[in-house]
Amino acid sequence: MEFESLDPRINRSNINQVDENLTVEQNSMFQTYEVFAQSKHGLQHQHVGSVHASSIDLALLFAKEQFARRGECVNLWIAKTTDILTTSYTDSDIFETTDTKLYRNPESYKVVDRIKAFKERQGA
Amino acid sequence: MEITEKHVEALKELLYSMADDLLILGHRNSEWTGLGPLLEEDIAFSSMAQDKIGQSYALFQLLNELGEQEPDTVAFTRNANQFHCSKLVEFPIGGYDYSLVRHFLYDSADTIRFDMLRNSVFEPLAMVCKKFTGELKYHTMHAEIWMKNLANGNEESKLKIQNSLNVAFEQALSLFEPLAGEGLLLESGIFEGTTVWKDRWLDSIKPMIQNWGLVLPTENAPNSYYGGRNGQHTPHLQPLLDEMCEVFAIDPSAEW
Repeated sequence: MEFESLDPRINRSNINQVDENLTVEQNSMFQTYEVFAQSKHGLQHQHVGSVHASSIDLALLFAKEQFARRGECVNLWIAKTTDILTTSYTDSDIFETTDTKLYRNPESYKVVDRIKAFKERQGA
Repeated sequence: MEITEKHVEALKELLYSMADDLLILGHRNSEWTGLGPLLEEDIAFSSMAQDKIGQSYALFQLLNELGEQEPDTVAFTRNANQFHCSKLVEFPIGGYDYSLVRHFLYDSADTIRFDMLRNSVFEPLAMVCKKFTGELKYHTMHAEIWMKNLANGNEESKLKIQNSLNVAFEQALSLFEPLAGEGLLLESGIFEGTTVWKDRWLDSIKPMIQNWGLVLPTENAPNSYYGGRNGQHTPHLQPLLDEMCEVFAIDPSAEW
């Protein structure tokens, strides 16, 4: 394989000498880390994206530049992507609510008239 | 104590030494833009190089207020022998290992210099030093995390960091070359001086270097790289200036 790139990083990496049968295990070197940023003290952290890094503290360095350089940020959380427990999309039916469970929603309670009456009694 | 005219000259020496260190290292580090070892690191290192140029601009503005020429004129029209930077910041970027070690040595020292000057009786300088506290904190955090990761990476990374430390440590001592009129800075309360600065720097980096399993080279000839503060520089500075000032020199009177 002959390869000449305009990017000196590619040329420097001697890609021509790479063994074509080389297999790289997924995440054998670098991992992805998820980044959560807080825009103001007291507000919840929001997921803003992910970074690729060889250790969690380097991920923090990169996250600061990628996600907190221009926008407002007072705090960052970094977590290894594989440490996050997720549901599967094939199980997304667990989130479905059925028409027959409307009584669970607060709007099912007819209380407005009673609140109004209470306020009138208080002389509000 | 009142800052008199003789103190102002010494103060200018101090400001030039700081501003020139930042301008030249900022330019040097920007040479990695587009060539960094990882995309995210490229962005982080470039961003910090920009911070340094911005910090130098703030100091050139102070010099302007003290009667020196406009920041652009001062930055882009001087020859090497008119610069007051230390030799440390002039050396070519080398490999990324060298650039990172220099970044660690420089930023750990600069953090202490800024910290000392936050109490300066020259208030405009104290204000500038306070303003950049956050930037410097990230710069040292960046440097320390990389040093720790590479010193504890594998044999090759550890060896490269140690070899670069062996080269860069003695160069870094050039930062602490005494300034002309340093006694005046001390007596007026503008700056506690290069000796205190150097001692505080060594106290701060020694435990870190030890924790990372690296060896701090001995100070064989602490002044072997002196001269920069008096305009004596390595042959590397003038070519850097030629490149940095190339566009400005096409039309020095252009409005930007």
